[in-house]
Amino acid sequence: MTASQRRDLRDGILFTLPFVLGALLLWVGPMLYSLVLVVLDWNLITRPDYVGMKNLAKLVDGRDPLFYKSLYNTFYFTFFSVPLQLLAAFGLALLLNQPMKGLGIYRTIFYIPSITPAVAFAVVWIQILNPEWGILNQILGWFGVEPIKWLFDPAFTRPAFVLMSLWLVGPQMIIFLAGLQSVSPELKDAAQIDGANTWQSFLHVTIPAISPIFFFNLVIGVIGSFQVFTNAFIMTRGGPQDSTLFMVLHIYRNAFEWFDMGYAATLAWVLFIIIMIFTVIQFRFARTWVYYESESSN
Amino acid sequence: MRTARFANLPWHIICWVLGISFLLPLVWMFSTALKPPGLVFETPIRWIPENPRWYNYPQVFEKLPLFSRFFVNTFYVTLMGATGCVLSSLLVGFGLSRINWPGRNAVFGMLIATLMLPGVVTIIPLYIIFRYAQLVGTFYPLWIPAWFGYAFYIFLMRQYMMTLPRELDEAARMDGAANFRILWQIITPLCSPAIATIAIFAFLQHYNDFLGPLLYISANEMFTLQLGLLWFQGRFGNFWHLVMAASVMTIMPVLVLFFTAQKRFVQGIQLTGLAGR
Repeated sequence: MTASQRRDLRDGILFTLPFVLGALLLWVGPMLYSLVLVVLDWNLITRPDYVGMKNLAKLVDGRDPLFYKSLYNTFYFTFFSVPLQLLAAFGLALLLNQPMKGLGIYRTIFYIPSITPAVAFAVVWIQILNPEWGILNQILGWFGVEPIKWLFDPAFTRPAFVLMSLWLVGPQMIIFLAGLQSVSPELKDAAQIDGANTWQSFLHVTIPAISPIFFFNLVIGVIGSFQVFTNAFIMTRGGPQDSTLFMVLHIYRNAFEWFDMGYAATLAWVLFIIIMIFTVIQFRFARTWVYYESESSN
Repeated sequence: MRTARFANLPWHIICWVLGISFLLPLVWMFSTALKPPGLVFETPIRWIPENPRWYNYPQVFEKLPLFSRFFVNTFYVTLMGATGCVLSSLLVGFGLSRINWPGRNAVFGMLIATLMLPGVVTIIPLYIIFRYAQLVGTFYPLWIPAWFGYAFYIFLMRQYMMTLPRELDEAARMDGAANFRILWQIITPLCSPAIATIAIFAFLQHYNDFLGPLLYISANEMFTLQLGLLWFQGRFGNFWHLVMAASVMTIMPVLVLFFTAQKRFVQGIQLTGLAGR
């Protein structure tokens, strides 16, 4: 090894040291530590007790019905909000991909709700969803819809949360827009020459070309929506009748309101594993519908 | 020309309707912030208050004098966090793009692996670790992680540095410059677009952080704006005109940043797919 190679090795280690240390101290270490917590009964004040599989058993044998409730709520939210968000984001991106005046303004308007701090966002939506004077019920009233109780009716809280999530599609929209703008015009021209109409060229050229972007938004969207927390914490505190008790809120309560660290860590691991399983499944299925240009040209 | 205009009409109508719906929550916030207490829940809604009541804004500070303190706390955390994100991503990004060394691919693989890990599993152990370190109740847990670097920002910086021509470093290396000097004097000035993007997103991330302050801060005078706004709403929840005035003040810095740096926002999202919160 020459002197300059030695110097590069030393510098490489030194320069990347913050990240490597961070990965060990903020990821690997805590994850291992959290595995230890799973077998403990600990309220942070008295000495921790070793309880073996008791935390896991509590979760499986139905002694914590709120766990199943939170699981259901989280899946409900994910299964409705992620596809609808993707559709909304893609629809907006298609609108903005037209050669029209005022694009920049509309793009700005569609993006702004996404940067609103979560507390301000939640506080405003509490009022928009108010059964008596909220704007949403006023607007629905124009179409003859009877006032809905939204956040006070367990049947409507989850739909309300899905609806609110549609206001936050700005970043996904921009990613779709970037994808649409990079679809090569030659491909579209070629399709036109072969006699394809606009719809066919959209279906067979545009959609495959941006399928990797659908995939990216889907994976990130699922990971995010499984960890939904802030709105439920601020707006409904999990209620009414636990209809907005999502998994992260349940974890938060067990850990920081009831100080059951071992059980909370167990719940967190369960959620982590669920998210990882869903991510892996999506990567497996990706082969069947995501089209990568570089692969097929070989 | 005229036909073209009419052809665009449906498009403009759709965009208008959608645009109004997207702006509605914000407009309601701004409009309610200027109403007198009695007229907040008037139906049908009056979007432009007849006599705008600007006094609502100073009244927020009269009701809760600490509110100005929340701004100071938030800007402190945000500044420390964003500075840490920029410096760490410069350093690590350089080590992963412009130095050739045997372990580079392994570290880069680690970076990609942490990109998609859901953070929920580390919330509890990290809290206990910070508690052991006697840092619960201080601002440190809110910005220290940034100085180790977040995978997204490092990734963004590394991708950007990869696009700079190799000859830049080699010429300096011939002259005997050390890696650190090459990074500081040659590469960093060329990375200003990536630095700006990272600074903006790190600003937003720390400014909008809710769970961090919720877990680690309990003394009222140390609240950030997010906690402060929630507290204000809890204490003065009946005064919706004041809650909205306080909300407007917390989102103003974000809106100002957004309008001054809109181009960087779009670039940053396209580069990494980062969400704004």
